[in-house]
Amino acid sequence: MNAWDRFTETFFNGKVMLKYLPDILSGMVVTIELALLIIASGLVAGLALALLRSLAIRPLNWLIIFVVDLFRALPPLVIIVLIYFGLPAADISPSGFVSTWLSLAFVLMAFSEEIFWAGITSVHKGQWEASRSTGLSFGQTLMNVVLPQALRLTIPPLTNRTIAITKGTALGTVVAVTEILGQASSAMSNSYNPSPLMMGAAAYLVLFFPVVVAARWVETRFAWKR
Amino acid sequence: MIQTFFNLEIIAASWPIVRAGLLNTVLLSLLVVPLGLIGGLILALLASVKNPVVRWPLMAWVDFFRAFPPLVLLILLFAGLPFAGLELGGFVCVAIAFFLNTGAYYGEILRAGIDSVPAGQVEAARSTGLSRLQAMLYVVLPQAVRNVLPDLLSNTLEVVKLTSLGSVVAVPELLYQARQAQSLTYNPTPIVVAAIVYFLMLWPVVRLLSRLENRALARR
Repeated sequence: MNAWDRFTETFFNGKVMLKYLPDILSGMVVTIELALLIIASGLVAGLALALLRSLAIRPLNWLIIFVVDLFRALPPLVIIVLIYFGLPAADISPSGFVSTWLSLAFVLMAFSEEIFWAGITSVHKGQWEASRSTGLSFGQTLMNVVLPQALRLTIPPLTNRTIAITKGTALGTVVAVTEILGQASSAMSNSYNPSPLMMGAAAYLVLFFPVVVAARWVETRFAWKR
Repeated sequence: MIQTFFNLEIIAASWPIVRAGLLNTVLLSLLVVPLGLIGGLILALLASVKNPVVRWPLMAWVDFFRAFPPLVLLILLFAGLPFAGLELGGFVCVAIAFFLNTGAYYGEILRAGIDSVPAGQVEAARSTGLSRLQAMLYVVLPQAVRNVLPDLLSNTLEVVKLTSLGSVVAVPELLYQARQAQSLTYNPTPIVVAAIVYFLMLWPVVRLLSRLENRALARR
């Protein structure tokens, strides 16, 4: 057996791969579920906070800014560990899945609030004044005039952030979520062969590479016009 | 509640362990940030060669690492490479993974910065007799870095936060040490303390970034 055969036998072992393929696939399903939950809840919460902030209620805004700063400053893994290993001491025991979901959703909420808020403030003041003077209410102005302009601007930074945070689903492994990396790691220790890990790596690329390429297109399509 | 999550006795007992972790986090950051910057600079300089044969593989390289979770890269190096007879240890694995992963991000930012410098600057520099390399180093790069300073800072914040991944491969940084202390004391207080330390350390950076971003928007 030459070196190349030994290499493929170790890292791309067909038998091992076939055996653990179902595990990796089920891991992919969990990763996708987790990712979709994080994106949906994180973005909705972020937009909600940005809208609340536009009401300009002082104490409320301070609170929002603090929460946003908090989740921008803390490493996601620290938040996951805090929820998963910390909360049981208060008799709340969220599963690894829920801990990862909540943590990353909070992080995405914080980052997207900043981006949404930046978008809202970037809309020219005259737009507000013009719509208010035509008789639109505050809410109508926000919904029908400001947000459509603001959201377009937020798309490139938002896609980048969302991808970066969604990739964090791999952190779930640390708290025993059976997503791709978790499945791949346990398959690796069961088979004492790194082929499942290679499959897991490939699975991430299959999921995220098209998204990154699409994001690059979106970035140029919706780029800031200077 | 305070007894559980903010137990003063446990804070006192576990502080030396957590403090050692904090020191390692700072040292680790001081290592991986320059490492990532160097990787990024190499990528950005290569990308400034306007040749599709160089540019396309580079773009694929950058997109690859944007798509690949850093933790997976780290585990691949830490748990996969030993099967090829290469055992590197957690610390070296973190260094390599960060060089590759954060290098790709820094590279993308620096490339955008270099692109933002008008072509006239290079032409003027070249016409005064500077070589291509001199023009890049003394004229283009300083302006490029200034233009993307907020993005560079924001990525650096992410890199420092990312050092917490070291805990997965037994690098004794802040999170790892806090979890050690937690399992020794059967109490989540050390993790709460670690979170507070992270927050106090990084909050000023977050505030500064928020300022810079708002100022960038106001200029549009």
